[in-house]
Amino acid sequence: MSNEKVLEVRNLSKVYGKGCAKCFESTGPEHNTNICPHCGSIVAAHDISFDLYKGEILGIMGESGSGKSTSVKNLFFDEIPTSGQATFFDDGKQYDLFSLNAQQKRHLRNHRFGMVYQNPVLGLNFNVSAGGNIAERLLMSNLTNYSEIRARAIELLRRTEVLTERMDEMPKNFSGGMQQRVQIAKALATNPPLLFLDEVTTGLDLSVQAAILDLIMEIQRESQTAMIVVTHDLGVIRLLAGRTIVMKYGRIIETGLTDQILEDPQDAYTQRLVASAL
Amino acid sequence: MSNQANTSDIQFRQASVEYNFGFLDEYAKKEVRRSVLKAIAIPGYQVPYSSREMPMGRGFGTGGLQLTLSLIGKQDTLKVIDQGSDDSVNAVNLRSFIEMTCPGIDTTTKVSEANLIQSRHRIPEQALREDQVLVLQVPYPDALVVVEPSEDKRKIMHGEADYSRLLVKLYEDIVKFDEITISHRYPTRINRHYVIDSSPIPRWDVPKMNDSRALILLGAGREKKIYAVPPYTLAEPLEFDDVPFRVESFDDETDKRRTCHRCGCDHSFLDEFVDAISGEKLYQCSDSDYCDEQLKARSVKQGLEG
Amino acid sequence: MGYVAIKGGGKAISGAEKLLEFVRTRQGQSAEPLDLDTIENQLYFLHSRIMSEGGLFHPKLASLAIKQSLGDTLEASFALRAYRSTKPRLVESPVLDTSSMRVIRRISASFKDIPGGQMLGASSDYALRLMRTELLDESPEAFKAVAAKWLDENRHDDIPDTFPKVLDALREEGLLPPVDEAAAEKKPFDITREPLVFPVPRSAALSTMARSETGSILAIAYSNMRGYGDIHPTVAELRVGYLPVMLPHPITGELIEVGEVLMTECEVVAMYEDEEDGGKPTFSLGYGACFGHNEVKAISMSILDRALQSGMKNGPTNPSEDPEFVLLHIDGIDSMGFCTHYKMPHYVTFQSDMDRLRTTQDKHDDKHDDKNPGADNV
Repeated sequence: MSNEKVLEVRNLSKVYGKGCAKCFESTGPEHNTNICPHCGSIVAAHDISFDLYKGEILGIMGESGSGKSTSVKNLFFDEIPTSGQATFFDDGKQYDLFSLNAQQKRHLRNHRFGMVYQNPVLGLNFNVSAGGNIAERLLMSNLTNYSEIRARAIELLRRTEVLTERMDEMPKNFSGGMQQRVQIAKALATNPPLLFLDEVTTGLDLSVQAAILDLIMEIQRESQTAMIVVTHDLGVIRLLAGRTIVMKYGRIIETGLTDQILEDPQDAYTQRLVASAL
Repeated sequence: MSNQANTSDIQFRQASVEYNFGFLDEYAKKEVRRSVLKAIAIPGYQVPYSSREMPMGRGFGTGGLQLTLSLIGKQDTLKVIDQGSDDSVNAVNLRSFIEMTCPGIDTTTKVSEANLIQSRHRIPEQALREDQVLVLQVPYPDALVVVEPSEDKRKIMHGEADYSRLLVKLYEDIVKFDEITISHRYPTRINRHYVIDSSPIPRWDVPKMNDSRALILLGAGREKKIYAVPPYTLAEPLEFDDVPFRVESFDDETDKRRTCHRCGCDHSFLDEFVDAISGEKLYQCSDSDYCDEQLKARSVKQGLEG
Repeated sequence: MGYVAIKGGGKAISGAEKLLEFVRTRQGQSAEPLDLDTIENQLYFLHSRIMSEGGLFHPKLASLAIKQSLGDTLEASFALRAYRSTKPRLVESPVLDTSSMRVIRRISASFKDIPGGQMLGASSDYALRLMRTELLDESPEAFKAVAAKWLDENRHDDIPDTFPKVLDALREEGLLPPVDEAAAEKKPFDITREPLVFPVPRSAALSTMARSETGSILAIAYSNMRGYGDIHPTVAELRVGYLPVMLPHPITGELIEVGEVLMTECEVVAMYEDEEDGGKPTFSLGYGACFGHNEVKAISMSILDRALQSGMKNGPTNPSEDPEFVLLHIDGIDSMGFCTHYKMPHYVTFQSDMDRLRTTQDKHDDKHDDKNPGADNV
């Protein structure tokens, strides 16, 4: 793990609804809710701060409604945050993510970030073949040679262990696990320095989960991609993440090295989570 | 030289008297011309304008017509063609309307004599000059309509020069058919930014847009857009480095290039048809004026040799 | 051999025109040419439809349009619209208040009784759709006697000319939001001078719908009524009548009535929604209006007005709520023009298509001769 910072997030907040002055003080783990009792708004995430370094995998763990997916969606520009700052460090340059214009955001999204969603429908174009999905990403980065595009798509699919004989088929003919692999191949197409993985193995068969987790670790070893892995599964955290953030009701309640958190959780909630893991 | 309009005398006189020169009111013409200036200033950008209803149907060239009527003056010489011919029904219809409402203009069938040419589905074979303007009739101005039905979303894609979904379609074509299967309306990038629908001209004519001496204006009346390929501007059909853009082939089964049965031309776009009497398949220049010129040149040559 | 395939285009067009004229007049001596007044009166609803789709209130020209188009509603509206298109804009009236309408029909489905009462007017709503065979041989004497008898028997001086608006009663009760005065001051979007660039303001949507083709707008509104939508409308008021057109005097500026236009207006009340700012919920409103007596169009328009407002606010959940889908496909002149254009020569583009197919077929044959599998095609 290097000392090169890739991402710096400070005080990221996201509120759904009109919001009021009392929202933040009336929600959170102490209040056992993320719904503001005064105005009914949902404080999905508040005051989220963390750093991510090159080559490391950061886990964001929490149960449903903890705000972990929300945080990542805001960083990938799927949503607009209510407040906060995020800085992306890339190739000697710095990008203040939330103040970029639409075109700048799209550029980062297409070239420097990768995202794999829990639901392949969000990450894949189902009107286009598996190979075409990867080609779509490559074509955004001005690759203009058909054979090269095809060769790169084959290489990526081999890397993610998708049968290349099936590369011209439509994603709807693939199993869930296969669709995830195609998503990963697509996300990696532009060699992004930052990869977001949002509950990517949830809902898949255990053996398939294991294979995909192996794949993610190999990719990280080979290309030193910085990753944020969002999950509610302790097993995934244990396997992949070097450092972990635990979230509850939109707040960070614990952060630190994964080993420490799992061996010696400080917060009562974290203790319960660790204890209840099978 | 003015061709006699094929409409009754009464209609002719009525139209000349009741309507403004050029049928459209001056406000409408001014708006079209302003849109044209904007289109030239931003090559390939679709300029929205409030297209007026004309006395012929949407789909019959009302966009091209509004361009012509807004630009034409008494000193201009007009040529109107459809499918390459002056005598095709659409061309006849439009030309007689323009003559009716623009008394004093000249019309011609010769490309060399015209300074304003309105055309449906063809660009003339003969290279145009700097003093000429070509007006093309367009049903679909937007090349992205094949991958995105919402105009709102397409505007964003154009603004960000995001044509990846269109390029993916070309990729998928090559995967399936080993070929890009788009025949006419070939997506073409203008001045390295906007990709336009080149209108229903065959691929054959797309290269003529590149570095053209003449100004090319494209008008979509129903869709209410005007766009332009200015003179001496890059117009590059979308392609891959290793799967280049190709024009239509006119080779027969023995790979020999077919020729026009009338003038012998071996380098023009040919119409294919079945002879009504003999039943044999024949080929003829689509561009009627070009065919005439080639025939003249051939008989001169034969005369010299004979 | 001469230049083949499309010679004589000019002569063919001229011949087709003459033939159509023949079809129009082939009854010859056994008939009278159609009279413009006859069309306006005996084909009253057709006449109204043409004025509303042409976007021009001109009873005489609307009759002429019908006559010259042999009754084709798309062609007739087209002719009227094309005529209108070249007329210079002289002056604009202020926004006219329809409560000043001289009403000939006025109903409400929301209440059993409304201030002023329900006035059915001339309506076929409750008629039985049986063939009236007595009209097969209608004699001129019998025809003339009907109107004379009705006028004799019906002298109702006590029927008021104008009626209050049902909506005003609902507003007083707080069931409808108060009139947005600021919105009323804004200049309406002029669709004959500005192109539609989405998102468009409500006035643009309403004016586009006001001259839409009746069948087209009915179909899309019907899809909403049937279930591709969630409006649940009730007709608060439907009125048909003559609206006075007021123009400012050129010197004094005082508003003077210069004439009246026959028009239909429909206001529907729809599902209530929560107010975002926490205010009291109220019913929402849909509005439709068009030239002439055309109830189906006004009702359809009011339902789509509501659907589009909903779609603009919350995102469309079905085609009738999508402004691009609705507003770009209901103009009869645009749609019929494009539909008709497919009959024009397309052989150059077809030649291009054939070239593509032939090339692809050749490649297919080559591929299947050599038996190459798919992904080795790099």
